[in-house]
Amino acid sequence: MNMRGARILIEALRCENVKHVFGYPGGAVLHVYDEIAKSADELGITHYLVRHEQGALFAAAGYAQATGKTGVALVTSGPGGTNAVTGIANAFMDSIPVVVFTGQVPTHLIGNDAFQEADLTGITRSCTKHNYLVKNVDDLAPTIKEAFHVAGTGRPGPVLVDMPKDMTAQLCQFKYPETISMRSYNPTLKGHPAQIKKAVEAIINAKRPVLYVGGGAVTAGAHEEIRLLAEKLNLPVTCTLMGLGAFPASHPQSLGMLGMHGGYWTNMAVNNSDLLISIGARFDDRVTGKLDEFAKGAKIIHVDIDPACISKNVKADIPVVGDARVVCQQMLAEVARQFEAGSKMADRQPWIDQIAEWKRQHPFFYKEENDVIKPQYVIHELHRITKGKAVVSADVGQHQMWTAQLYGFDEPRNWLNSGGLGAMGYGFPAAMGAAVARPKDLVVAVVGDGGFQMSFNELATVKQYNIPVKILLINNGYLGMVRQWQEQFYAHTYSQSDLEVSPDFVKLAEAYGVTALRATKPGEVTHTLEKGLNMSGPVLIEMQVAREENVFPIVPAGAALKDMILQ
Amino acid sequence: MRHTISLLVENEYGMLTRVAGLFSARGYQIDTLCVGPTLEEGIARMTLTTHGNDQVIEQIIKQLRKLIKVIKVTDLTGRPHVEREMVMVTVNARQGEQRQEVLSLVEIFRARVVDVSTDAFIVELTGNAEKVEAFIELLKPIGIREVVRTGTVAITRVAANKVYHPKGNEETFSQLSFDEKV
Repeated sequence: MNMRGARILIEALRCENVKHVFGYPGGAVLHVYDEIAKSADELGITHYLVRHEQGALFAAAGYAQATGKTGVALVTSGPGGTNAVTGIANAFMDSIPVVVFTGQVPTHLIGNDAFQEADLTGITRSCTKHNYLVKNVDDLAPTIKEAFHVAGTGRPGPVLVDMPKDMTAQLCQFKYPETISMRSYNPTLKGHPAQIKKAVEAIINAKRPVLYVGGGAVTAGAHEEIRLLAEKLNLPVTCTLMGLGAFPASHPQSLGMLGMHGGYWTNMAVNNSDLLISIGARFDDRVTGKLDEFAKGAKIIHVDIDPACISKNVKADIPVVGDARVVCQQMLAEVARQFEAGSKMADRQPWIDQIAEWKRQHPFFYKEENDVIKPQYVIHELHRITKGKAVVSADVGQHQMWTAQLYGFDEPRNWLNSGGLGAMGYGFPAAMGAAVARPKDLVVAVVGDGGFQMSFNELATVKQYNIPVKILLINNGYLGMVRQWQEQFYAHTYSQSDLEVSPDFVKLAEAYGVTALRATKPGEVTHTLEKGLNMSGPVLIEMQVAREENVFPIVPAGAALKDMILQ
Repeated sequence: MRHTISLLVENEYGMLTRVAGLFSARGYQIDTLCVGPTLEEGIARMTLTTHGNDQVIEQIIKQLRKLIKVIKVTDLTGRPHVEREMVMVTVNARQGEQRQEVLSLVEIFRARVVDVSTDAFIVELTGNAEKVEAFIELLKPIGIREVVRTGTVAITRVAANKVYHPKGNEETFSQLSFDEKV
């Protein structure tokens, strides 16, 4: 049966088992929206009308991060696409599988500077894993198939499909390819056996090993294998900002997060290790600090599905290209083999004791006060009340770091944040996406007053669809992280970081019909949190916190990990 | 160090910008670039030269391989291959001694005169980059009006270990890693 391109798109989404789409209509995608009104329901697809295209991309990202399924966004040509770019770049930096459909002006107008025309494949070339411009309606279905394949396999990432308006109007036979094979794209999943053997030997013989786990482990679903590996080989484990939850924070072998705002004991352990086993991490500058000083005495094992990640920043001694989960399974089998053959693990007790001593010397620390709410206390209480089981989506800044340090994630996919791009405005829409994906779970967006003001327009969306996101607003009236850097590194020159005018956030939420609560004193925190988290539907909980609190420890930009400032 | 990298790519719209964009986005430099079709429809060959230390070259190759529509990436530097580029030069050639001088250089370099006017020639030369540069240097004192160069194209040698190329023919102009291997 012939159908128009717009219907083919919806049918293809059904074939990809897509249930939820975040989008915003406009001229170039009107055929698609017409089809959504006519057939989306019957095909089991729900469209969520966001209030800004950036929110659609963040929601699709949050959706994907909370589930592992590919998120889908649909926006119009020109400004629809350009508004989406920050969200696309975010998905690119954090390797999130998202497929973005953009409208484009009709084929015959491309290049004519037509109304709402933008070269979206050109603009997004450097921030997508791949992108497509559909030039023939017969290519539409195979292109969508390929887009989902590319987005969701290997090192995942955003893929954009640009659809000129005539492509969604023309008729063609719908035939969705069942399989796909690409001569130019075949990610390696299995690690090379010789490298696995070498890696396991090195781990067994290491006296001061540290397992360093990144977002790739979450993506691959390798958490179970990583726990087994750590337990069998008695390895201390640190997670990156993106990797939190890949190893349980409450596990006795957990060192928490490393890097710029990592624990003192964690960074000391990494820096003094003799073997650093990296799984699905990329030696980001916020992790390594000054490269020349990073883990100088350590041999590096680097497991990653993306060969370009290996030896990009830090030269790997034993590179292993493969999927984190598959490689961990291979390693577990190899460990069993080597133990059977009589290999004995090096004595690690002195190393474990040393790390414990570092932790005893300088644990995370904040001073409680009676008259003003400490933001760290709020996170602490959030953890206590939710028993560490909530899905938490952070925005970008101080509150993000406090949440990463103190919430203690035991499960993967419960921690969402914009790690690589650090895009303010991410937290709330991402939580919205996660809440759509996981309606049974409590989803909390921990946001600052700066970032929230970049995306509070989505209050209308959560109200419209009754998406039960709990917004925990940490309000200090500053762009807190900027202010902290200005305090520490620019002699207290608070240039343009004081948000002197802010709305009354409770009234703001209420204006959208969203329930809102506020706490201004430490004594009110627990009660307000409990009350807000237990309400149904979306709720905003504002915490007016100490204005000039700092995140510690901090490794100054460009400094070595060992030179962190403790308080 | 200078590297010659050969790519097989899907011949789709925007392929050139994907490759070029990768270089500019990551701060690498393309020194020369040649693109052309292959025998198989839908596949194009790109030959590019770039430079950098070993780590940079490794990253360039890995990043190129990561492009979804790149089928194959080969670093020809360090393996037996032949490199050529072409140059066309409009050079002064007035009647008399000057004309003779140009013609003798053309003879020595096995170049060709492809266009003649009363006071100038267009000469065409193929060879590796060094040979082309040497030729241009020698023409300079005579007076070059215009130079147009292609980038480098390169091809892997077939059964390189079986073929013997005597020194002294034009291969000596090319810095073939082949010579190191024989």
